Amino acid sequence: MAFNVIKPGLLALVQDLGRHGHQSIGLTTGGPMDEVAFRWGNALLDNDCNCPEIEITFGMLTLEAQADTSIAITGADLAATLNDKSITPWQTYAIKKGDVLAFQQPIWGLRAYLAVKGGFHCEPTLGSVATVVREKIGGLTGNGDKLQKGDVLAYQAYHDHEKRSVPRLAIPNYGNREIPVILGYQYQSFSSLERANFFSSDYKVSSNSDRMGYRLEGQEIHSNLKGIISEGIAYGAIQIPKDGQPIVLLQDRQTIGGYPKIGCVTRIGGSILAQQKPGDVIQFTPITVDQAEQERHLQMARLTQWR
Amino acid sequence: MSSKDFPNIEMVSNQSCLLTFSQVISEPTSNYIAQVTQHLVQLAGIVDLVPSYTTLLVVFDDDHYDRFAIFKTIRQTIEAIDPNDFSVKDQREVVIPVYYGKEVAPDIDDVANHCKLSVDEVIKRHHETTYRAYAIGFTPGFAFLGNTPDELHTPRKTTPRLKVPTGSVALAENQTAVYPSVTPGGWQIIGRTPVNLIDWGSKNLALIAMGDSVRFEPISRDEFLVQGGLLDGF
Repeated sequence: MAFNVIKPGLLALVQDLGRHGHQSIGLTTGGPMDEVAFRWGNALLDNDCNCPEIEITFGMLTLEAQADTSIAITGADLAATLNDKSITPWQTYAIKKGDVLAFQQPIWGLRAYLAVKGGFHCEPTLGSVATVVREKIGGLTGNGDKLQKGDVLAYQAYHDHEKRSVPRLAIPNYGNREIPVILGYQYQSFSSLERANFFSSDYKVSSNSDRMGYRLEGQEIHSNLKGIISEGIAYGAIQIPKDGQPIVLLQDRQTIGGYPKIGCVTRIGGSILAQQKPGDVIQFTPITVDQAEQERHLQMARLTQWR
Repeated sequence: MSSKDFPNIEMVSNQSCLLTFSQVISEPTSNYIAQVTQHLVQLAGIVDLVPSYTTLLVVFDDDHYDRFAIFKTIRQTIEAIDPNDFSVKDQREVVIPVYYGKEVAPDIDDVANHCKLSVDEVIKRHHETTYRAYAIGFTPGFAFLGNTPDELHTPRKTTPRLKVPTGSVALAENQTAVYPSVTPGGWQIIGRTPVNLIDWGSKNLALIAMGDSVRFEPISRDEFLVQGGLLDGF
């Protein structure tokens, strides 16, 4: 039982929470760009939190159901339709055999998540199905391929649909473009003036942004350091190369690097950032590790309580 | 490093912290990092470890540890390591066969000219040195090997190649490496190995781990081909 891929869209990828434990050999993690939306997708269907979902970037994807099931759509509003009737994200929908599910183009945000009851069936590579196109790993084939026309997204048929939706207050606001940053790494090598510039300027998302990193254009900032000895790059690290334009390193980032870094975007902040399109404008705002921990616990508690 | 100084620990996000062991690259520091990595990898709630030249990034499960708990765990783990013991468990010596023929070594003449050596002397110095894997990264299985002998130090190419063939053996400044897969790259290419540096089906996945010692062994064109080497172009 499965969805048949009628139109593969721009970039639709099988993802789970990522391939962890192999960064020591240089293998990146992959995983959902918007982890908050991904987690809600599985929560809505009472799935295990790591069940494979489809990350749909931009849209243009059409699927046809071969069996009954329940799905959840979270994340961006990509003008989805079910048998030509508009449907909105952040809730579950009953799917009948023969139904056609289509995603058009972004209305709000950039990446939507499609979860299915029980998760999509997909053979893991190194413990994960997360697709990393650059490293040719994960996904339906195991070779890092994005979804292709004719692909078969297998699931277990399910008939006891339950209508559920995410509480309004828990839905992230992709229009809130203040991205929280924990100062760290080489932040002391940026003078107080450089830091003030960084936190008070608008940055535009460059068209060169992808799952590896979001490149930003705006006020240049400069470190006193020319380079550093290459070191491990944490999720969300903000690297400042020679041209002074920040790059936020996300799910498919390289594991080590030698540019100075001013700090790290939190996972919740990174989830919002990943919903911004080229040309969108964001700002950075400093937070403490303590605040980041609290925000994370609150988010996880909301998910757990709601289940 | 004469004694083992306790690393500086800094939170870099709410899910990762960076341990800085030294400001300078050295073999004892690298051994120390390899040792700490081997101990931490066994603990529950440690999600990922990224050892490098002088640092170790520890990624942890924030349902398992808050920032106080992770500091405490790391401190206790390091304190339990014998301060006089610099040995690294299971440190391997990896021997990599290399065909240094010009058809797979487009930059070897440039390196020879830059270093004022003959091509044979470049090859001899490159394979007579035992290297250490200081860090793995850039692409899966890419090991940064140091140090090349002073006479071989050559800067990176001014324009990186868009496509470096798999198995290419290259050098830049005081480092040498093998490209595990086709990628862009700016290092000077002086040979090619027929062996796979990365194999998702194998136990270790990557042929070289951080902390390993690595040697290159010259082989003939015939041996290169018999061992499965490919002569695809640039």
